[in-house]
Amino acid sequence: MTNVIIEVSKYVLIFLMAVYTYLNFSYFRFHDVWEQNRTCARQNVMMFFIHLIAYAILFLKSEDERVVLFYLAQLVFFTAYIGLYRLFYRNMSRILVNNMCMLLCVGFIMLTRLSFDKAIRQFLIVAVSALITWIIPFIMDRVWQLAKIPWIYGFIGLGLLVGVWIIGNNSFGAQLSVTIGGIAFQPSEFVKISFVFFVATMFYQDTDRRTIILTTAMAGAHVLVLVLSKDLGSALIFFITYLAMLFVATTDVLYLLGGLLGGCGASVLAYHLFAHVRTRVEAWRNPWADIDNRGYQITQSLFAIGTGGWFGMGLYQGMPYKIPVVEKDFIFSAISEELGGIFAMCVILICVGCFLQFVMISAKMQALFYKLIAFGLAVVYAVQVFLTIGGVTKFIPSTGVTLPFVSYGGSSVLSTFILFGVIQGLYILKKNDEEDEEE
Amino acid sequence: MRRKQTQRLDSNKSILGIAYVFVGLFLCLLVYFGYFLQVRSQTVINNSYNARLDSFADRIVRGEILSSDGQVLAQTTVADDGSERRSYPFDSLFAHVVGYSDHGKTGLESLANFYLLSSHVNLVERTANELAGDKNIGDNVVTTLDVGLQKVASDALGDHRGAVVVIEPSTGKVLAMVSKPGFNPNTLAQDWDSLISGDNTKAQLLNRATQGLYPPGSTFKIVTMLAYIRQHPNTWQDFTFDCDGSYQVGDYKISCYHGEAHGHQDIRQAFANSCNGAFASMGLDFELGGVRTMANSLLFNSELPISIAYSKSSFVLAEDAGDWERLQTAIGQGETQMTPLHNAMITSAIANGGILMKPYLIDHVESAVGETVQKFLPASYGTLMNSAEADTLSALMRGVVTAGTGSAVRTDAYAVAGKTGSAEFETGKETHSWFTGFAPVDNPQIVVTVLVEESGSGGKVAAPIARKIFDEWFSR
Repeated sequence: MTNVIIEVSKYVLIFLMAVYTYLNFSYFRFHDVWEQNRTCARQNVMMFFIHLIAYAILFLKSEDERVVLFYLAQLVFFTAYIGLYRLFYRNMSRILVNNMCMLLCVGFIMLTRLSFDKAIRQFLIVAVSALITWIIPFIMDRVWQLAKIPWIYGFIGLGLLVGVWIIGNNSFGAQLSVTIGGIAFQPSEFVKISFVFFVATMFYQDTDRRTIILTTAMAGAHVLVLVLSKDLGSALIFFITYLAMLFVATTDVLYLLGGLLGGCGASVLAYHLFAHVRTRVEAWRNPWADIDNRGYQITQSLFAIGTGGWFGMGLYQGMPYKIPVVEKDFIFSAISEELGGIFAMCVILICVGCFLQFVMISAKMQALFYKLIAFGLAVVYAVQVFLTIGGVTKFIPSTGVTLPFVSYGGSSVLSTFILFGVIQGLYILKKNDEEDEEE
Repeated sequence: MRRKQTQRLDSNKSILGIAYVFVGLFLCLLVYFGYFLQVRSQTVINNSYNARLDSFADRIVRGEILSSDGQVLAQTTVADDGSERRSYPFDSLFAHVVGYSDHGKTGLESLANFYLLSSHVNLVERTANELAGDKNIGDNVVTTLDVGLQKVASDALGDHRGAVVVIEPSTGKVLAMVSKPGFNPNTLAQDWDSLISGDNTKAQLLNRATQGLYPPGSTFKIVTMLAYIRQHPNTWQDFTFDCDGSYQVGDYKISCYHGEAHGHQDIRQAFANSCNGAFASMGLDFELGGVRTMANSLLFNSELPISIAYSKSSFVLAEDAGDWERLQTAIGQGETQMTPLHNAMITSAIANGGILMKPYLIDHVESAVGETVQKFLPASYGTLMNSAEADTLSALMRGVVTAGTGSAVRTDAYAVAGKTGSAEFETGKETHSWFTGFAPVDNPQIVVTVLVEESGSGGKVAAPIARKIFDEWFSR
């Protein structure tokens, strides 16, 4: 009987998710605030139904009462977050908050299925992060000195990266984190944001040759340290983000082309210089040749996605735990296996929707500083999503980055909260300005 | 102010440009993802490393494996108490090619695992079964295998160790695949310990047809011949050789089979009589790089386009190869090793005008009520040689049957083209006996490759076995 319920609920979940995703894009059509609000309210309905049905199944399968309590705790959290954010920031972007919650919700569902303890930890981190980052829009509205301290952003960021490189913990052959007081931090997640602030402040001050050279040198230093720490995914994120920001600040296509050419050259060089780069590329080109070893993770991921197919196996019907570190970098494969390829595609589309929201906010900002920040963060987000999903589906070589808001991991969650908080802050700034002008 | 205004517009253009690039990338990702789910995934997930498939067995009764005419080769019966038993009505006859599904999975049981554990009976029935907690019936896999040919091949091989492969060259359908000694999959559980025991030297579990590596002996002269033709495109027909039973090069001596002196030989006679001296002399003349490239293009040292477990054939002729290596390699001794399946594939390409069709074993998959779920179509691997070369080799191989070592398959009923081989593998032991050929020579219907271990000459042992298979086929 439970099997039949899971079987049917699978299709219901996919349907609700598809409607949610559709609403996410239909939102762009409406300019009328009332219509926008109605779309967002419908999205909330979809999300809460998905949440409810998924947890009902998780409970049916696990028969663990703690799941019910956990569900209720999440329900309170989501309701409070969505409700209070609106109450506190009248001019906030509802759809951005909705998407945050939807992605978090998908993450919670999958993590609860994979490991109840990790799901609880994740929830605590999310709750704390939500609380801390609540204040960001408030700060941004009042502290405009943020635009004046480029070298502080630059050196703090670089310092953190160098620190990790030297004393970092080794996980899967890369130095990614430092442990302080029993908690492992992954500074590169935060440096992404400070880096965007650094570049934005530099180019806000000037875009003459001297500034460009200085900024490029600093950006190059960031990327180099990451490559040396074997954190290739982050290195790529920083590199592409910098190029994109440079292009927008100077509007000079030559920089973009030159940078891309340089990047290709550097990639070839890195391929020949570093064994770990070659390993990744080999594992991507033919994972079947070394299926026991280097190809193991990616082939297990492909088995998961392939066996799940379009409609998925249903929660608890697959074997996502066969994929090493599934709850972090490979969570997308678990989603695709159990909730289905269509559901997983919706997750991609929601992420693309967030990116487009970021870009629109960036385009609307008047001041170049804010424009660059919004745009830089948009690119950071897009590259990260692309790298992780492209990696686990073998579209591109795997680089080991997390799926923001969905993957397990404290640093990833908190930094993504900050990222969305900053964007939300910019959106609110803009709306407040518009209101002032109207008056 | 004006300047600032334009710059902002330009920035927005740049922003949109980059946004489009990213949206484009994500679209590519989505298309790729969809393609993977729809097209690639079935091939990918049917892998013994995919533990997920085993869990399907909890909800599906494993389907049947059928011969091309619908006879049951493997089936699962469910007892009243719900326990399942996999049985194989032909006992050891299809042991290697059909394989087994307990103690790991081999052969078709492994290859078709995903299909056997998928159910396509109608949705209502499936849901009803799910509700009742009953298992659904898995799909049946209809193979290309021909029970009649398989029986004849197996009987003809008798108690010898060896293998037979029969392929339809125009499609790549594998009609029969026999490996001996065999085992009985019905009693595998009881026999398992003795089968895998270290004292057991028979290696019954090995599928000699696809995994057994043997020196090709004189069947390799097909390859040497092709190399010679390519390296002497205008003069190869003028080749002659005077054979006095052994060919002396420096300290090295190459003898013909049983030291037979063939006398003055032109190229056709040398091939038909399998004159070792003549072909060894071609080896001295090899342009090494070209020969290696050609051997690789004939799938030596390469992956074979087939999905069941096989061994890679090897061809070694290093840059600094001396005379001895050249002489030996040219007559199929030396370090060359190949599987009977691979030999059948090269023969199949010759029979098919140079084009190799990928060998395949599954014709289609059907639901338990007989509706076709998936049909597999013949697919070309590529051109191994041009059609003129294929015709030349075909004519030379016809000569082997009409005027040479292949007299055992000489008959008025049908015209066979083939090549025998007697491969030495250890001093003092009988040679491995090979025959590979096809018929009818003008419009080839089947390719037959026979290998009999340690049994004597190809013409005397392997060719008569092939004869019985051709007889069976052409008596229909």
